[in-house]
Amino acid sequence: MIFVQALLAGIFQVVQMLLVLALAPGLTGLVRVLKARLLGRRGPPLVQPYRDLSRLLRKDVVLAENASWLFRVTPYLVFTAIWLAAALVPTFTTALALTATADLIALVALLASARFFLALAGMDVGTSFGGLGSSREMMIATLAEPAMLMVIFSIAILVRTTSLSLIVDFMLAGGVGLRVSLGLALISLLMVAIAENARIPVDNPATHLELTMVHEAMVLEYSGRHLALIEAASMLKLVLYMALIACIFLPWGISEPGEGPLDLAIGLVTFVLKLASGAVLLALFETGVAKMRVFRYGEFLGGALLLSLLGAIFLYVSTGL
Amino acid sequence: MASISLCIAAMLLLGIVGMARSWLGRAHEVVHGGMALVCGAAALTVLVRLAGDGTDVEILALPVGLPWLRANLRLDALSAVFLLAVNLVGCLSAVFGWSYARHEAEPGRVLPFFPLFIAGMNLVLVADDAFVFLMAWEFMSLSSWLLVLASHREEETRRAAYVYLVMASFGTACLLLAFGILAGQAGGYGFEAIRAHPPGAVPASVAALLVLLGAGSKAGLVPLHVWLPLAHPAAPSHISALMSGVMTKVAIYGLIRVLFDLVGEPLWWWGAVLAVLGAVTAVAGVLYALMQDDVKKLLAYSTVENIGVIVIGLGLALVFKSSGVPALAALAMTAAMLHVLNHGLFKSILFFGAGAVLTATGERDLDRLGGLIHRMPATALFCLVGAAAISALPPLNGFVAEWMLFQAVLNGPLLEQWELKIGFAVIGALLALSAALAAACFVRFYGIAFLGRARSPGAAQAREVDAVMLSAIAVPAVLCVVVGVLPKLAIAMIEPANRLTTGEGMFDAGGHGGWVWLAPASAFGNSYSGFMMFMTILILTILAVFMIHRYASNRVRRSIPWACGFTDPAPLGQYSASSFAQPLRRVFAGQIFGARETVDMPAPGETRPARFTLEMRDPAWDRLFTPVVRLVGWLADRIDGLQFLTIRQYLSLMFFALVLLLVMVAVSQ
Repeated sequence: MIFVQALLAGIFQVVQMLLVLALAPGLTGLVRVLKARLLGRRGPPLVQPYRDLSRLLRKDVVLAENASWLFRVTPYLVFTAIWLAAALVPTFTTALALTATADLIALVALLASARFFLALAGMDVGTSFGGLGSSREMMIATLAEPAMLMVIFSIAILVRTTSLSLIVDFMLAGGVGLRVSLGLALISLLMVAIAENARIPVDNPATHLELTMVHEAMVLEYSGRHLALIEAASMLKLVLYMALIACIFLPWGISEPGEGPLDLAIGLVTFVLKLASGAVLLALFETGVAKMRVFRYGEFLGGALLLSLLGAIFLYVSTGL
Repeated sequence: MASISLCIAAMLLLGIVGMARSWLGRAHEVVHGGMALVCGAAALTVLVRLAGDGTDVEILALPVGLPWLRANLRLDALSAVFLLAVNLVGCLSAVFGWSYARHEAEPGRVLPFFPLFIAGMNLVLVADDAFVFLMAWEFMSLSSWLLVLASHREEETRRAAYVYLVMASFGTACLLLAFGILAGQAGGYGFEAIRAHPPGAVPASVAALLVLLGAGSKAGLVPLHVWLPLAHPAAPSHISALMSGVMTKVAIYGLIRVLFDLVGEPLWWWGAVLAVLGAVTAVAGVLYALMQDDVKKLLAYSTVENIGVIVIGLGLALVFKSSGVPALAALAMTAAMLHVLNHGLFKSILFFGAGAVLTATGERDLDRLGGLIHRMPATALFCLVGAAAISALPPLNGFVAEWMLFQAVLNGPLLEQWELKIGFAVIGALLALSAALAAACFVRFYGIAFLGRARSPGAAQAREVDAVMLSAIAVPAVLCVVVGVLPKLAIAMIEPANRLTTGEGMFDAGGHGGWVWLAPASAFGNSYSGFMMFMTILILTILAVFMIHRYASNRVRRSIPWACGFTDPAPLGQYSASSFAQPLRRVFAGQIFGARETVDMPAPGETRPARFTLEMRDPAWDRLFTPVVRLVGWLADRIDGLQFLTIRQYLSLMFFALVLLLVMVAVSQ
């Protein structure tokens, strides 16, 4: 029985990894279509990101003269780290083989590793844009990462674990109920997700205006298959954050170990629906707000950090009293 | 015990060989080679001991020292962990110094004191009475002071050495008073006697605070850190690695030995004080590091940060221990001690790397480096491991300690005091902030120094250093990976020390999960596996590479950089160290450092260049040390008058002093 469960967990893990990989460009495409429609444009077709990726894969890499091996290795590392992080988040089932390998803290650290190498790659060629992007990305991360960890603390205090599968199990069992702290944590996590995915109002994924961009400036020198990997990684990251928010705050539908194929199917369908509604909300939000100045980021993310800290303190004080 | 004592004796002997340099032609090779062997032997002895049971205690009483006391030495699990760190880094720095110290202008100023310094540190760790402890502590301080003074012709070095000497003396004085209080209660200077007669709450608290001041000034706790960024860069690089990587840890050892072993039952607020100080130190240290342009100063400030992280761990352990939750105390303690070992490893890589860069380029200023990944590929690779490890990236060793520390913080709600509940949340936030800032700091360090284009002729013509130096950088880099992937190897060695200090091992309450899984029983079902993560990353990367190279275009064309179509020929157009730090400075440093940027922009038509000046100050100097120095000066001026009294005035002074003392005695009776 244990062997069967382990085997199933392994299969689900592989399915999960392929699923997020397959859905990621679609999600980005959906957000783009919705945004275009909201702005009164027709927009690119839903499959455009898939086409972009395959086109990039077929193109030659144009490498700057003084790019080092680190520059060439980074896309693979970034892609792997984010893919692995996405594999850890329960999407349609909590019966995943990698569950015990890493918890939420390790997930944050995996994302931090991807960012570390990407920021280094931004500085490798030695242009001012790359450095600019790296420097701003790290500045954003220094506030977003602690905010996210504090959100995790709030959840961990409530649920008594940082393991994602156990959190989902607990939330599904309904032992938490509505809490002010959870609300604060959700707002904070949404703010972090916006900043980390380079979305408006922190960054504009569509811009190539040099002085306003962060993420795009950092990867400016990439081309061909390297760029394809990095684009795929950032699409995966969007799925990851949506799946993370969904599995912590809206876990309904996720199937648990030992449940039948019907539950798995429900899990799959609800996951896709959750992603789609996430895309709608994101598109609505992005068309509704304007981009901030670079030096307002500190206030925005400082706010996120403060909210998450407040949430954690409420919980620290309320538990056990 | 006997083998460690022999090693220490051999070190002292090598110090004498170093002094006899003028008669001995090959003293340089003898000292460095000898030290590598002796430290290696000592590290190996301790390693074997720790790999075995590690719980037995060995005692040795040497017939030297004070006539009624003798020198008591003792080797237990706690000493062994720190002995391993000291001698491992000592061995590596001896190997590195073999090549590096050849470039020393005046080898006579380094050679004798290098072995003595390591011997002093070893002796502190095996001391079993306050007298040996303090003597060894002073020995360590003075020999490192002489090493800081190695290039004494530079004004800056002399100032660094002066500040260091003052701070070291202050620290020793505090420790002396602390041991006085402890020994006064016990009626003897031996640690055994102190352990047997723990003092009451008030004297114990006074002693704890004094130890915190004494050891804290040596470890570099904010605001007593000011000597550290001056002294560490002044010494030669392999000495910097020792001072930064392990001497600060000897201070941590002193803190653990007194607070967890000697004073008896700890009070919870000591732990709270420690944790708060640690959190402030961690954030302040890394913010300072982020603003530095000098490579070695940056690394020294980063040591301040890491000491902060370790002290947070100690504080948490103390709080949990006093609250009667030994399993959690063990978790926090393991995190702290693992970080002691880890920091010794990655700080050696980085300081040796800085030394290698200094040898190859002659530059220490970040803004004059760049592009070294092409010129010094091996150094660059190892330093990348060091930078990633110190930024706590999985699956390297830094992350393991951080993970355990976060797990300990998460248990804050179990405590009773509401101050602690809120405090733990804030400390968790500061810890997370310092970790994120550390990553930014080391992206800046590595990106500016090793990546991009060379910013000076020195960097453009750099050559890779020789194999001896490289091997000293490679070994800790490999160890960083090994400890990160199989953390249980290191944690198993810390377990006996844990039982000694907190009364319980980390895995005593069950929750083993084999060699691959890190699943402390106290971490409520959370687990982490560096090995699994490493393997998964490896498999996925191989898969990604295979798929891409199978189905995608494989061709690579080299071309000039795109840079949005703007090709600038001068490497000065790149982002520099200060421009990288600018957004962070704007967000964090305005208030804390009083950072002021002024831009002098010429009017249209003027031909003079625009000028940008940045002013930053260390608030510890302004708020704490300058007033203290002024007060001491004022007092000295007042007391100066006492030298010019008449005999009559002197006699009446003595008379009044006598009366005062008699009154005091009468009152106290």
